[in-house]
Amino acid sequence: MMHSNALSTNQIMRQVIYALALGIIASYYFFGWGIIFQIVLGVATAVLVESVFLRLRKLPVKPAISDGSAVLSAVLLAISIPSIAPWWIVVVGVAFAIVFGKQLYGGLGNNPFNPAMLGYAFLLISYPLQMTTWASEFLSFGQSFDTVFNLTSVDGLSGATRLDDVKTQLSLGYLVNELRIYSISQSLVSIGFLLGGLYLIARGIIFWHIPVAFILGILITSALLFISDNQLYAPPQFHLISGGTMLCAFFIATDPVSASTTPKGRLVYGFLIGVLVVVIRVFGGYPDGVAFAVLLMNMTVPLIDTYTQPKVFGQ
Amino acid sequence: MEDYIKIVKNGLWTNNQALVALLGLCPLLAVTNNIVNAIGLGVATTFVLVASNVSVSIFRNQISKEVRIPIFVLLIASFVTIVELVMQSYFYDLYLILGIFVPLIVTNCAILGRAEAFASKNTWGKSALDGLMMGIGFSVVLIILGAVRELIGSGTLFDQSALLLGSLGDTLSITVFDDYQGTLLAILPPGAFIGLGLIVAVKNWFDQIKTI
Repeated sequence: MMHSNALSTNQIMRQVIYALALGIIASYYFFGWGIIFQIVLGVATAVLVESVFLRLRKLPVKPAISDGSAVLSAVLLAISIPSIAPWWIVVVGVAFAIVFGKQLYGGLGNNPFNPAMLGYAFLLISYPLQMTTWASEFLSFGQSFDTVFNLTSVDGLSGATRLDDVKTQLSLGYLVNELRIYSISQSLVSIGFLLGGLYLIARGIIFWHIPVAFILGILITSALLFISDNQLYAPPQFHLISGGTMLCAFFIATDPVSASTTPKGRLVYGFLIGVLVVVIRVFGGYPDGVAFAVLLMNMTVPLIDTYTQPKVFGQ
Repeated sequence: MEDYIKIVKNGLWTNNQALVALLGLCPLLAVTNNIVNAIGLGVATTFVLVASNVSVSIFRNQISKEVRIPIFVLLIASFVTIVELVMQSYFYDLYLILGIFVPLIVTNCAILGRAEAFASKNTWGKSALDGLMMGIGFSVVLIILGAVRELIGSGTLFDQSALLLGSLGDTLSITVFDDYQGTLLAILPPGAFIGLGLIVAVKNWFDQIKTI
């Protein structure tokens, strides 16, 4: 993301948050106010936790908060979790992401893992029920408020995502052509993130390498599976528009701190995340593999960077 | 007298086997998902530490230097076998839960470490005290880690105390948070690593405050 020297960290983070707007609006349009609550709660927690920790570490609070990186991590985590998850999910997740994912490693720039995905993985492992119950229709302000703040149960208004549903049905022995594998609302949210991501590439805020390699990784892996048996494995386009694919391609895998930093390295990094996402989705125990794939590849970044150093001119 | 005070301090704080030497982490991380397991393993380890320290110290002049490590391991293994058989006959359910980690006490580096570093050079009285203090220091960390993980992971304390104390234990089990759905990560292995890291950090923080 450090493409253009003219932009400060703050301006870059702000552009990224603007680029997320389309997907967020789409999610609001289809699933209601939940996502707005999640974002507000997440951002408030991030600012609070980050300030407390900076103060404990005796570092200046204001510059670190205003660079927007904590806010961006919180927004990414808030839109990754179900919009109807109870309020403490996002609060605990963001706090974990900021404390264990970022501050304990020394703050922005020193974290080997993507904080938002670390928070997501923590939540998914710790609270699997709340993390896989999604809104299935538009919820009004009041309904969303009730579900997020635990006042009512959400039965009837909630369900699994298509990704989760298809996985369950396939494991029960159904064939792909017997299933409803597309959901217009979930696809349009994905397309919102895709458009936002293209805007970021056009503005030169993220490099094209990681998103392109990531999408290729997903396409090739899922196409190979689909060709091997088109009734057991969902088609490649399903993997492209389902779950967190588009969000990951442009906003998560491209995190400048935890991603690979060489041009060739970015291609390897993005491609392997794509492969892992499909492998985890198809063969793993959890419905979506984005968070685990990103964290696993974060670990390999030092290795990738070492082997993909561009040759210095003249040597 | 000063020697003895130093041994006590060393075992409990300055050279705490779990927090400073970072020895014996395998059982420490594996069985601390609740307090009862932690107490069970802590008591077993402490017993083996004291017994092996005393016996190594008594025979320290008879053991030739070249073969001392195998002999230490043999001595330790004998005591571990005693512990294992006692557990099997009196605390069978706990024995099943702790499983492989009871025989693995033999390989706990903390025990061999004390035999080599302390008991083979000191009188049996000092060695006994050293073993006891090192064991208590190790057990306290086990129990704190077990308590933290149990509290965060499932919202209870002293759950399954019946395994250790029989019917008396049922009254000990405390449900701290009602209606708590649990944070699974704390009970899973990552929770052990994060928890131990935090306890080490707190210990270092205390040391830092003291020196300022």
